Amino acid sequence: MVRLADLPEWERAHMLEKIPNLPQFGIRAWVAEGGPLAQRRVAIVTTAGLHLRGDRPFGQGSASSDYRVLPGGGGSADIVMSQLSTNFDRSGFQQDINVAFPIDRLRELAAEGFIGSVADFHYSFMGAGSPVTRMEAKAREVAGLLKKDRVDAVLLTPV
Amino acid sequence: MREHAEAIRPPRSLWVPFVLGRPLGVPNDAAFQRRVLVAALNLLQRPSGPVLEDYPEDAPAINVEDSQEGMACPISFASDMADATPLNKVKAEISQLQAWHDLAVRQRGRTATGVAGVSFEAAAAFVAAWAAGTPAPAFRKDIPAIDALRLACDELKTFYSESVMAQPGTHTVESIQDWFWGQTAAGKLLFELHARTLLSRDTPEKHFAENNLVPRRIRHIIGNG
Repeated sequence: MVRLADLPEWERAHMLEKIPNLPQFGIRAWVAEGGPLAQRRVAIVTTAGLHLRGDRPFGQGSASSDYRVLPGGGGSADIVMSQLSTNFDRSGFQQDINVAFPIDRLRELAAEGFIGSVADFHYSFMGAGSPVTRMEAKAREVAGLLKKDRVDAVLLTPV
Repeated sequence: MREHAEAIRPPRSLWVPFVLGRPLGVPNDAAFQRRVLVAALNLLQRPSGPVLEDYPEDAPAINVEDSQEGMACPISFASDMADATPLNKVKAEISQLQAWHDLAVRQRGRTATGVAGVSFEAAAAFVAAWAAGTPAPAFRKDIPAIDALRLACDELKTFYSESVMAQPGTHTVESIQDWFWGQTAAGKLLFELHARTLLSRDTPEKHFAENNLVPRRIRHIIGNG
């Protein structure tokens, strides 16, 4: 996220135009106290449009609201990006995937005992396009998969 | 955007003051990334929500003077390339940048290229044919042609970005973008593609031209926003 005041007027207007169409959660899921961090199993869900090299890239139409699976044990060299948007920085990701998908940092926190464990599977959506509600069905599907992986904390990283 | 989080009201949200695309702040700075991550995870220990908290630390500013000194140079062509086709100029650039790209891959142990599943030269040829109004058969059949076109364009952008970041000097988000779109034959070719596809009556192609090719920032700089 970035400061609205730091953006040029045309970009500020573009960002503000989206607000009336944003959904509210409307529920209080995930809000209740879920136990100490040292016992939590954490997964990453990103909207950076990431996937494994060789996996189907994201695309227009129905291909824009799908998700991709990122196995927790995979190496960073296997993860690439096919986001549709041209309006965010990719040079940071090109240098270090952790700037958008902090898998190494999460593993370090698990090794230190700061969190309980890292999930076996992480997930990526492709956040460009609207309305964002088009992703609800797939988001519910991912939520079910996270539960089966015994995940009880999710880190969302938008780009 | 903080304003988006205020509207959606997710259970717990850490607003961070970093450029879009870098939610953890700084590449190759594990300590910085760790501080951001810990601040986000600590929100889980709040007894109630929704919580929206501001992260207090900015990403370190890049010295502007250093940045100017480190601005990437235009790629020079041999005199006999003056009348070369746009495609041949891009192929010459790819050839000249390849050593920098090889160095980048060795330094980082990875590359974000390779998504399109086609060589950089073939990606450039596919883009050039489309820009000239004579699209070639798509180089892969498992996705729509317009997605293949976008992947070919992104492949070139990623190759150039990774290459220039391996060169001496300090490279900012803006300097990389300005160099690609302002000083390379590949940038010029993508502008030609942009002009062609904007005129399309095909909805996916027009959508691609309007949203997925030239960054809004660049379009505003050239007065085409």
